[in-house]
Amino acid sequence: MATMDVAGNSVEVDEEGYLTNINDWDKDVAIELAKSENLEMTESHWEVIEFLREYYQEYQIAPAVRVLTKAIGKKLGPEKGNSKYLYELFPYGPAKQACKIAGLPKPTGCI
Amino acid sequence: MAADFQTPEFREYPAVPNKLVPDATAHLSPFVAKPDHNEKLGFPGELVDNWHDKAIEKMGDLLGKYRGLQVFLDACVKCGSCTDKCHYFQGTSDPKNMPVARQDLLRSVYRRHFTFAGKYFPKLVGARELDREVLDEWYSYFHQCSQCRRCSVFCPYGIDTAEISMAAREILDTVGYGQKYCNEILGKVQTVGNNLGLPGPALKATMAEFEEEMEDDTGLPIKLPIDVQGADVLLITPSADFFAEPHIDGLMGYAKVFHEAGINWTLSSYAAEAANFSMFIGSYSNMKTVAERIRTAALDLGVKRIMVGECGHAWRVAYSFWNTVAGVGSGAAEDDEYGQKLQKQLDHRYPIPQHICEFTHGLLQEGKLRLDPAANDHRTVTFHDSCNVARASRMGDKPGGQFDIPRALLKAACNNYVDMDPDTIREVTYCCGGGGGLLTDDLMEIRVKGALPRMEALKDVMQNQGVTNMAAICAICKAQFAKVMPYFDIPMDTILSTHQIVGDALVLTGSTQETALDGGDDSSEKTEEAAEATE
Repeated sequence: MATMDVAGNSVEVDEEGYLTNINDWDKDVAIELAKSENLEMTESHWEVIEFLREYYQEYQIAPAVRVLTKAIGKKLGPEKGNSKYLYELFPYGPAKQACKIAGLPKPTGCI
Repeated sequence: MAADFQTPEFREYPAVPNKLVPDATAHLSPFVAKPDHNEKLGFPGELVDNWHDKAIEKMGDLLGKYRGLQVFLDACVKCGSCTDKCHYFQGTSDPKNMPVARQDLLRSVYRRHFTFAGKYFPKLVGARELDREVLDEWYSYFHQCSQCRRCSVFCPYGIDTAEISMAAREILDTVGYGQKYCNEILGKVQTVGNNLGLPGPALKATMAEFEEEMEDDTGLPIKLPIDVQGADVLLITPSADFFAEPHIDGLMGYAKVFHEAGINWTLSSYAAEAANFSMFIGSYSNMKTVAERIRTAALDLGVKRIMVGECGHAWRVAYSFWNTVAGVGSGAAEDDEYGQKLQKQLDHRYPIPQHICEFTHGLLQEGKLRLDPAANDHRTVTFHDSCNVARASRMGDKPGGQFDIPRALLKAACNNYVDMDPDTIREVTYCCGGGGGLLTDDLMEIRVKGALPRMEALKDVMQNQGVTNMAAICAICKAQFAKVMPYFDIPMDTILSTHQIVGDALVLTGSTQETALDGGDDSSEKTEEAAEATE
């Protein structure tokens, strides 16, 4: 099993770099996961990550991209409620890349 | 996740075969399934010690069960007709991606163990022993086949490489060497009820969001009903329709059509998935297990009709297998109690199952839908035939309906429609590059390279005929194109759902669109007139 080094602790990840155990997540882990995606975490990134984690806690799955954009729009203003904004933050796609940084399992299927 | 490979360049003359590059993609091999992925499907957790004997035994078993497989392995005369017909060959130039070479990976072992000449004079007939190197080669190259069956159209014997690739994957699963993407997903569909692993409450919350969006857009309370007891129609659609772009807009298109037609329909949280990846791995037993969830949902809800949303391989499974494996249609075994029960419950005046395009097309013909194609005047649309719909099924009651019906919908919904190069559509359509269980990030290289012929044909109509969008009727195609188009400098939102385009043109009775079209006052009167006019 692959591991990732976070401040001297090793955290288990799968072959694609997603956390194996969602409870291993904290902000330092997120920063490290973002680095592996060549992303630097800004306030805007954290806002999305926070929403994803809240949603996951309630529903045990990441939200659909449309649900995410609508929620971000309601919370942070309509100028941020579109997928263009999310793709600027997470260029590989908000569904997979943002989930990874939020420590959530990778969404699977025809997506 | 940056991929380390070169996107293939567009060719000046796509018909001319490339210069061969041996082993160009020999390094590709998807993630291997974890023990719990395999075990959930009834396969050994990991590669078993006696894999050689078990693999040969399984091959013998499959040869006995599927006579076509033996014919395909025996019949090839190496005429070469198929060699340049595969999109993966065209995109990689790897000779092992020639369909005949892919077949030979299995054929060589078949000859060694199951033919007289191969047993006694193996070298003379290209027979090979199954060693670890060959097994790994199978794992690599049978996951570079999307089972799209384009090659079989050109084979004078009709040899179907997809059948061979499915058999190879079933043998691999039987010895504990499964693919993570397919097997993990099949585990989810059998426990949660869909590929995504979307639990019921999440599905309900998501549908409520989409209902709100449709109400904002149209001013009408258009529903996405779930688990409605006694509904007439059960819609089985790929779970990507609940989650991904541009799939979601297609789902809302279906909902608008149902609303306008006044149909009492429902989704099922227990069977919220049309996809059945069991076909990709050649597993008949898993295919039956997944299909039986749909039967259970249909029996529990008491529906009269079953429809299938925009999903390519699912339509093949639904069209060709649901009747015998689950009693959806006619053909359940005499002793299959629940299959028989469902068969009696369903209304046989309608096609069972019915494709959503068939349904919408029927309403159009009956004049029950009012479309305003001008709503799509900002688009020039082309259509990508999905491989499994094009070559493995039909639609409607006329030959070629699977090609003509989706096009008829698009032409009714927009004023600007053009087809791509005839060598790339209809029966000889190219795969999107992500079918057959290849739609996974660890196979991005083969996905991008395999998309080359379709991207060339699309770019051609974009540059020369002003095409802005390509519509599809398959969740895999849509997800694949959204991901690979940027590699070819085509915007990801070029790909749309067919029912999104229909939904955008649909003038719903009492909607804000109708008011805008017919003028503000006495709109109800005009609605009636308009309805009469289309009848």
